Amino acid sequence: MKNFSGRVLFLDRDDINTDEIIPAKYLTESTKGALKPFILEDLKLDGFDPTTDCTDRAVVVTRNNFGCGSSREHAPWVFEMNDINMVVATGFARIFRQNMFNCGMIALTLDPETIDHLFEQYKGTEATITTDLEAMHFTIDNNLHSEKIPFKVSEFDLALVRAGGWVNYADSNY
Amino acid sequence: MGKTIAEKIFDAHTVDKPGGDIVVINLDAVFCHEITTPIAINDLVARGKDRVFDRSKIKAVIDHVTPAKDSKTALQGKTLRDWAKRHEIKDFFDIGRNGVCHAIFPEKGFVRPGYTIIMGDSHTCTHGAFGAFAAGVGTTDLEVGILKGVCAFKKPFSMKVEISGTLGAGVYAKDVILSIIKTIGVNGATDRVMEFSGPVVDHMTMEERMTLCNMAVEAGATSGICPPDRVTVDYLWRFIKDDYSSKDAAFEAFMAFAPDADAVYADTLKIDVTTLSPQVTFGFKPDQVRSVAEMAGTPIDQVYIGSCTNGRIEDLRIAAQILKGKTISPDVRAIVSPATPEIFSMALEEGLIKTFMDAGFCVTNPTCGACLGMSNGILAPGEACASTTNRNFNGRMGKGGMVHLMSPATAAASAIAGKIANSEIFCEKSCDRGIKG
Repeated sequence: MKNFSGRVLFLDRDDINTDEIIPAKYLTESTKGALKPFILEDLKLDGFDPTTDCTDRAVVVTRNNFGCGSSREHAPWVFEMNDINMVVATGFARIFRQNMFNCGMIALTLDPETIDHLFEQYKGTEATITTDLEAMHFTIDNNLHSEKIPFKVSEFDLALVRAGGWVNYADSNY
Repeated sequence: MGKTIAEKIFDAHTVDKPGGDIVVINLDAVFCHEITTPIAINDLVARGKDRVFDRSKIKAVIDHVTPAKDSKTALQGKTLRDWAKRHEIKDFFDIGRNGVCHAIFPEKGFVRPGYTIIMGDSHTCTHGAFGAFAAGVGTTDLEVGILKGVCAFKKPFSMKVEISGTLGAGVYAKDVILSIIKTIGVNGATDRVMEFSGPVVDHMTMEERMTLCNMAVEAGATSGICPPDRVTVDYLWRFIKDDYSSKDAAFEAFMAFAPDADAVYADTLKIDVTTLSPQVTFGFKPDQVRSVAEMAGTPIDQVYIGSCTNGRIEDLRIAAQILKGKTISPDVRAIVSPATPEIFSMALEEGLIKTFMDAGFCVTNPTCGACLGMSNGILAPGEACASTTNRNFNGRMGKGGMVHLMSPATAAASAIAGKIANSEIFCEKSCDRGIKG
């Protein structure tokens, strides 16, 4: 299983799309590794600098309809290549969400109130998330505040995470 | 309890229900292009599973960057080409015979009502125009599709989109779908299948239905879908005439995938298009839509007519009708990309290509190139494009560029005016709107 714990990157906007996560011009690459430097290169977000703000992060916390647009799995891959394996959001575009679990990564949907709270309490601080998949909660901590946030992941999605992705799962089941 | 089209298709294709609301379905077709498939191929080779589940059900095309623009895109093409050859994939379309995937696959007759189709391309929903369940997927889903012939989806809830009224002059399927996306928003149909119906859809050609279904994903939908009918039969007849004794027999068979009168929908959207005017996007999201009248005079640098949304022969005819005898503004450059070689040939024979060239358009080979900023028409920072494509994200056609989505008629009118302009002023009463009835 991948690592789902570490420093948090807050992206405070709805409808962050796949072209912003990884522009199409980089889809000419034939390896996942080559994508690494181009993470969130075209993201329109005040005060955000992709060249410095994505360093040493493990989890993204964001708003609604994250990953809308293209089917390109390069979007989760560019996170994966930067060791970010979990995105927590109010909601996801279907294909992006499926791509995350297909890669053995986690796309976690929380209610808008909880997401609002996470932004209010922890955005702009050195927050870390520690995920416990067995207990189905994560602990968010910034040295001033610490709390456990429960979540739900379906059995099927969990099976994909445990199997290391959809190829392994499908290979042993179909 | 009655069923929607998607429910009927899923019932006929269910392989497994691995828990919750997940359904694993078998696939009638897996479509591939050279951008998202090579990594799937490379991974299958690395896993020692360089196999395909059924070579007759796999169709592949090089369309996003063609001819190759550099060594990397040449390698992507080579990877797909070598794989297709290795597995004897008959329906592989390479340079000279290649066109935009969602235009060429229907044109070759690869779609049927009731089919299940995946492709590593979000606009795969286009094929729903034929009453098929067609969905865009990532590379891993594609890889499993190629290897096992299955894909997992959430149980399909459908949104009924009932379109009534009469389309006015200069108003097209593109304006209808832009208006729908404006109404429900970019995630208004997430995890839904948008089932388009009503008298306006009944009277649409297959090309217009494809335009409608193509942009369902811009509202977040898993797919768009139209009920199969006699229009579907007529379009497919040349491909299916050996399978059915008559068009009536084909129609009867296709009716197995018509929605039941008492089908249950998660949502219903009713729209009357009688007063709808031409529409155009103004921002970086496909739901940021205004009337062309409101946007008239907005500066543009480039016009692009093409793509899987509006690069079909009907689109070129509509644009050419407006351009005939006119020249584009000296302040803009304009590009037209017929979506397939067959469309290109028809456009040549009908004199449309000459009309475009006389007007000052650059005519390119069939490709997806400019639509997603990969080749053939990339914008410079600060430039704007009047485009018949489907997505206006920030940087979509090139870093710092702005894309205004619109119909081919509005794009042609904008090319002449050198700024966003309403096609109605160029479109006489005799102007063929492409909508019958």
